[in-house]
Amino acid sequence: MAARGPGRVSVLLPTYNERDNLPLVVWLLARTFGDSGIDFEIIIIDDGSPDGTQEVARQLEKIYGSDKILLRPRAKKLGLGTAYIHGMKFATGNFIVIMDADLSHHPKFIPEFIRKQKEGNFDIVSGTRYKGNGGVYGWDLKRKLISRGANFLTQVLLRPGASDLTGSFRLYRKEVLEKLMEKCVSKGYVFQMEMIVRARQMGFTIGEVPISFVDRVYGESKLGGNEIVSFLKGLLTLFATT
Amino acid sequence: LSHALSPQAAMTKLGQWLCGLALLGSAWAALALAPPGLQPPAPLRQALLPLPVYLLVAFGCYSLATVGYRLATFNDCEEAAAELQEHIRAARADLRRRGLRL
Repeated sequence: MAARGPGRVSVLLPTYNERDNLPLVVWLLARTFGDSGIDFEIIIIDDGSPDGTQEVARQLEKIYGSDKILLRPRAKKLGLGTAYIHGMKFATGNFIVIMDADLSHHPKFIPEFIRKQKEGNFDIVSGTRYKGNGGVYGWDLKRKLISRGANFLTQVLLRPGASDLTGSFRLYRKEVLEKLMEKCVSKGYVFQMEMIVRARQMGFTIGEVPISFVDRVYGESKLGGNEIVSFLKGLLTLFATT
Repeated sequence: LSHALSPQAAMTKLGQWLCGLALLGSAWAALALAPPGLQPPAPLRQALLPLPVYLLVAFGCYSLATVGYRLATFNDCEEAAAELQEHIRAARADLRRRGLRL
């Protein structure tokens, strides 16, 4: 699929039950790109949400045009990694932005990602919550402690050269993301970590931009023991295999 | 052996740690546990023997201090949350104008 224009950005939005947030995220993306004159497309990969997300997505497609909003749904919940692979097939941009669709990531940082990418000709630009004026809203002390503790452990074991490994707000060069997706096999948080670790292994360069992460769902979804255990297992696997 | 001598990038992190620990460990053992004829001077030996434990404790303290510091300086994005609320209001109003029906 030929890329149209040097500066088009494709945003991959995997969604599951994001009926309320999806229109807001799309509106913010369209506004951000419009204000900064960046050519864009938004690829919505919905995994058969039962709450009507796809109906809302169709309305957005009518409002913004089917050249800007690409609906590429799947029949059922199949996981984030495969959602990216699926979405990338339809991406025509040179750069791909991955982000959360629940408004924890604000599109206003994307022009900063692009500026950073140009500045150092980076293969990947990663949004970081841990450096500069990056940060989080809506986390209590316990959640912050777990986050910093896990990140410290990751830094010691993997020495990854990036400050925020579990973050999922990133800009990739399209070819770079394609190469990485072939190699990464983990799930969940560890998947995001593996991308950065493999990227470094393959000699790709990574730039960082401080971002703010606004967590509005933490109250409902506490970080459970299960997630911590699977994170540790994933971390040790990466430690032993990369 | 050639694998152990290959550039860092080809070795796993676990491999690097094991190599590093093996090197330091054997150096320490050679000096600290040497037979009477080959022992380094007494003060050096006295410092060397508990060194691994000291280093472990020092690393533990460093970890606690670092995580504690990073926890204390973890930015709270109050303005970002407030700004988001504003943007959500504007977005909802504009989308309604443009024909979005929920």
